[in-house]
Amino acid sequence: MRVTLAAVLLLLFNSVNAEFNTTSVNFDSQSITIALTQEPPQLNGMKATDQVSILVLSHIMEGLARYDRRGNIVPGVAERWEIDEKGATFWLRDNAVWSDGLPVTAHDFVFAWQNALDPATASEYAFILYPIKNGEAVNRGELAPSELGAYAEDDRTLRVEFSRPTGYFVNLTAFTTYFPVRRDFFESRGDRYAADAGDLLFNGPFKMTKWVHSASLKMVKNENYWDRENITLNAIDAQYITADTRARLNLFIDGKIVHTALDGETYKDALTQRFRIRRFTTGSVFFLEFNHRAHRVTRNLDLRRAIQHVFDPHEMVNKVLATPGNLPGESLFPVWLNGVDHKFRREYPAPIVQIDISRAKQYLAKAREELGLSKIPPLVLLASDSPTAAKQAEYLQGLLKAKLDLDIKIDIQTFKQRLAKMTAGDFDLVNAGWGPDFDDVMTFGDLFASWNLNNRGRYTNPDYDRLVRTAMNSAVPKIRMDAMGELQQLIVDDAIIVPQYEQGVIYLLHPRLKGVVRRVVGADPDYTYARVVQ
Amino acid sequence: MLAYTLKRLLAGVITVWFIATATFIAMHQVPGDPLMNDKAVSAEIRKNLEQKYGLDKPVVEQYFIFLGNMLEGDFGISFTQQNRRVNDIIRDHFPVSATLGILAVFFAASGGILWGALTAIYRNRTPDIVIMFLVILGISVPSFVFAALGQLLLVNINSLLGQSVIPVAGWGTISHMLMPSLVLGLGTMALLTRLMRSSMLEIVNEDYIKTARAKGLSPMRIFFRHQLRNAILPVITVLGPQIAAITTGGFVVELVFAIPGLGRYFVQAVQQLDYTVIMGTTVFYGAFLVLMVIIVDVLYGFVDPRVRLQ
Amino acid sequence: MTDVTPTAEDFSPATSSISVEQISRPSLSYWQDAWIRLKKNTRAIISLYIVLSLAFFTLLGPIFWNVDPSLQDLNQISQAPSLPKTAVLVGQYQRWSGIVLEDFPAEPADYPDSVDAVTDLRPFELATTQQVRLVWNPVVGAAGYNIYRNQRLPENFNDLGLPLGSTYGGNEVSYEDRLSLESRPYYYAVVPTDGLDEYEVYTVIEVTPSMIITLAEASDRQLIKDANVAQTGTALKLEFHPFGTDYLGRDMLARLMQGARVSLFIGIVAPFIYVIMGIVYGGFAGYFGGTIDSLLMRFADFVVALPFLLFMILFKIAFGIGPGESGIFPMLIALVLLLWPATARLVRGQVLQIREQGYIEAARLLGAKPHYLILRHIIPNTMGVILVTLTFAVPAAIFTEAFLSFIGMGVAPPTPSWGSMCNEGVKTMLSHPHELIFPAVFISITVLAFNLLGDGLTEALDSRMRSRE
Repeated sequence: MRVTLAAVLLLLFNSVNAEFNTTSVNFDSQSITIALTQEPPQLNGMKATDQVSILVLSHIMEGLARYDRRGNIVPGVAERWEIDEKGATFWLRDNAVWSDGLPVTAHDFVFAWQNALDPATASEYAFILYPIKNGEAVNRGELAPSELGAYAEDDRTLRVEFSRPTGYFVNLTAFTTYFPVRRDFFESRGDRYAADAGDLLFNGPFKMTKWVHSASLKMVKNENYWDRENITLNAIDAQYITADTRARLNLFIDGKIVHTALDGETYKDALTQRFRIRRFTTGSVFFLEFNHRAHRVTRNLDLRRAIQHVFDPHEMVNKVLATPGNLPGESLFPVWLNGVDHKFRREYPAPIVQIDISRAKQYLAKAREELGLSKIPPLVLLASDSPTAAKQAEYLQGLLKAKLDLDIKIDIQTFKQRLAKMTAGDFDLVNAGWGPDFDDVMTFGDLFASWNLNNRGRYTNPDYDRLVRTAMNSAVPKIRMDAMGELQQLIVDDAIIVPQYEQGVIYLLHPRLKGVVRRVVGADPDYTYARVVQ
Repeated sequence: MLAYTLKRLLAGVITVWFIATATFIAMHQVPGDPLMNDKAVSAEIRKNLEQKYGLDKPVVEQYFIFLGNMLEGDFGISFTQQNRRVNDIIRDHFPVSATLGILAVFFAASGGILWGALTAIYRNRTPDIVIMFLVILGISVPSFVFAALGQLLLVNINSLLGQSVIPVAGWGTISHMLMPSLVLGLGTMALLTRLMRSSMLEIVNEDYIKTARAKGLSPMRIFFRHQLRNAILPVITVLGPQIAAITTGGFVVELVFAIPGLGRYFVQAVQQLDYTVIMGTTVFYGAFLVLMVIIVDVLYGFVDPRVRLQ
Repeated sequence: MTDVTPTAEDFSPATSSISVEQISRPSLSYWQDAWIRLKKNTRAIISLYIVLSLAFFTLLGPIFWNVDPSLQDLNQISQAPSLPKTAVLVGQYQRWSGIVLEDFPAEPADYPDSVDAVTDLRPFELATTQQVRLVWNPVVGAAGYNIYRNQRLPENFNDLGLPLGSTYGGNEVSYEDRLSLESRPYYYAVVPTDGLDEYEVYTVIEVTPSMIITLAEASDRQLIKDANVAQTGTALKLEFHPFGTDYLGRDMLARLMQGARVSLFIGIVAPFIYVIMGIVYGGFAGYFGGTIDSLLMRFADFVVALPFLLFMILFKIAFGIGPGESGIFPMLIALVLLLWPATARLVRGQVLQIREQGYIEAARLLGAKPHYLILRHIIPNTMGVILVTLTFAVPAAIFTEAFLSFIGMGVAPPTPSWGSMCNEGVKTMLSHPHELIFPAVFISITVLAFNLLGDGLTEALDSRMRSRE
């Protein structure tokens, strides 16, 4: 009894550093096994919104354009295109075929786009098709889907008319909502389209051969894919589905999966195991959002400025989040966005807010005076029920109490309740975040425009709206970026939000697997061009 | 016995109907919108979604539609996985949970009865005290800790042996099931140990035990024929609801060991306010629980003929 | 035989000085007897002492250990229990623009296949727990550098540790690390890159930051009396955390004391109420049997099958618990309303068995009323089982409270409870085990006390065990 107990304890706490005996990569068969964080909820490309579905779809489907291994936009189903302010024309390659052997035609794109915009489909991502002429009107049910400004001139030629100049349209076509769907197949499956492996038709580098719900999902190389010569992997086998980072690390240590993300705790074990740790910035921005609705104290600019001047994003990143990879939040626009010639943030540096307690206290005194209050009433901070969210909320609570003597009531809510409260405006402060939908400044820029439904704090400012419109309606990069630069300044001056951090992740990757691409927009991680080396 | 069982089954149907109704009302009282997601959608899209799920109708009408469909055994389409039927979700994932649960209950029951009997025999002596401390540890530490430690143990065994002998996570073979079901059964095992001990102690001085001893029966025979059989009733009592609870309550274990069970749907459905999955899983769970309770009650009669059910 | 002549005296009534029957012990009711024997039971006495010391810890502890349980100290995050640490007083943190060489190309003219490792990697100034600033000499052909940090000397290129960050430009030859620094040796490594991929050469340096505290923080925390008088560079004793600190640098001991209030209240009161409810409910169902039993037990099934989480959210709304408010009392009610059926079922099962026993029948024939039978004969005989469920209900209630606090019902942050401290501690159980172990130990001690009390009570209450004395 005592001996077994000692042995068990030894096994538990004395990590054994054995040879990397692994089944997660196989050189001979060029196959890998991975773990997904959740079951893909929606593999209907027209409706998919979540990371995991997009990850799977981007491997088994292909749009007009695609990303290469360096992250550049390259021809996909379309072999070439022409684009101007009015619209774009795509010429499809003749060797792009569906997994059943029939060619991918321009009609398949038109059908998919019309269908995604059809209000009856109720796609949450329909807005991403709005650059196409009449897209918004179709989505509102004002026009019939056939009125959409996308036409198949013949099987191989696709003509798109824009509703406004959209220089980044080709980038959009690499996104899942823009993927083609073949009408006859879609209609033959009805409600069950994309419900199982057999209810999907593929045109991407891989095809899904097996999908056991919540358990596993297997993708194998698509022999009909036009660029099959450049695809080395024969199989991507998602054998595990779990969101638990420790379980995933254990699977990685056991040689069962090729990739896993680390959190503030598991990275310490990875260090002990002497694994190579990698870093990646996800491109999402997290910020403290204020409620700008009438009768809310947070509508007061000086109160917002007071909070802005005590919040130190460096402390947040280094002491509270305490994992490498996160960048201190300085702007709504993350560092990876492109500007005119270089990165946007290099051309338009974010205004620096100097942490200054005494100035913050002056702002607070002014706010009290303006509001006619002897003391600011307790502010309600809405937070989600995830462990990190609670920690961040508690940090903020402690900070504002210590520095400004502001009382914060933390309102922890489950996912849907939190959304309902955000939409109804039942909060003063909320820790929120935003991830990019496409790689252009506008994916962040219009977030606080008065018409944006995701502007949950209901911030309204004609100046903000004007700057967004300027950038939207221009095709000249300089004009667009200048407007966004001005917008960046406005966000700080008006303390619309307080940026907290740009999210980063650290992760492990099997050393024998090369060519895996991490990506801010689209499939992440992307195994398309990965290969197993000896 | 047959008439009794049939009567119980009828009562069970009514119970399930009550459960369904109460849950339906509660679900619609909880604030939050099942159709709302991270990305806000326009009013038109919302209207269409409401139509698809029949949320545009008055709640009372929705209730009767639900009841009608339930009688036909149709729970509708999930809100979060919009092309999957709730029936398919239950059909795909319940067998996994049930397998895991049965194995866990097997571990819990055999362990609990064994340890419990042992502590009763060695009352107030070292084995009793050691097991009591283990039991206390077992119920004072969150189950997540045992799941994580159990998995870590497997990892270290595997890396010590240089190859993957026991799978760390996943589902499929019997070797996948051992550790998760053991972890899942720990809490119940602790409870059964203590229950068994206390009910063993209650009967150890009964006259019939003394008689048996006086007759010169071997201690083993006394133990198995008389003590165990008489002490096991409370164990069976808790076993029914525990089977149901374990089978559906393995959320943490399913998460850690990447098991495609129904447990995660239970928790996520409420968090996501996935109306159809909430109703489907609750009704299914309710029916399962009621069935288990009936089985246990019928078993009472077999184990202890003195217990009259009517 | 002698003749006795009776006298008149003999016919006067006799006065009895002693009673006819000598009662050696006072007559005791069943419960009085149990109480006496409970007092003699060592286990029960131990449990009593445990309960007393827990009460002392909860109620009087904060008087002796007067520390704010919600005060954050970001300089001492997740510290294991230790003696008080000292820190050097320094001025305000100053931004550092780093070093960008003017006379060195940011991008090399051509990208060579291999480059040399960087040389002269050194701390720019004294490394402190506020910041570690590194500089190095540029490498010809590099278009940037990656900086790593490890806690052990790297063995090879794949063992450099945490990827802290990158510089983008061969001439950007400095890096500032502020990521959760502690006063312990770190091994920093710098790897040249071509802007995307790394060259497989690295340079390592060992740096041990010294513990510091800024003037502003020190005066905020009242470690120095007057910030104007205090000298930078002087050593200062930091707050003492005998049980260590949590993930936001809050004192564990103070949190355990404060958390005890919620956890002990919920952990003792809730089970007590719902076990009693279960006893009464199950007792009646089991005793009367038949239709009453059927109806009562079907209702219990109904309650068990309700989705717990959903109804807790509903309770929260029904009780109108606003954001940031503690809803301990509503939670108590909710717990009781949803958790009683298990005990009821168990008691009913026992009663079903016991009511068929001969002594019950005998008592009934003697004219005992149902309530007398249930209270006097049946319940005492189910006591063992009941006490077991009671002891199991204690941790169950403590953890349910933690779970409910997590979804916004129960105690509002920053108020701690043992259960929620446990849940937080689980996440860091391997690197900072004290954050899990301390609350878990306190929960265990509470459960232990109840188990001992339960065992003691069982022995005291069980008439059959009397015969063995």
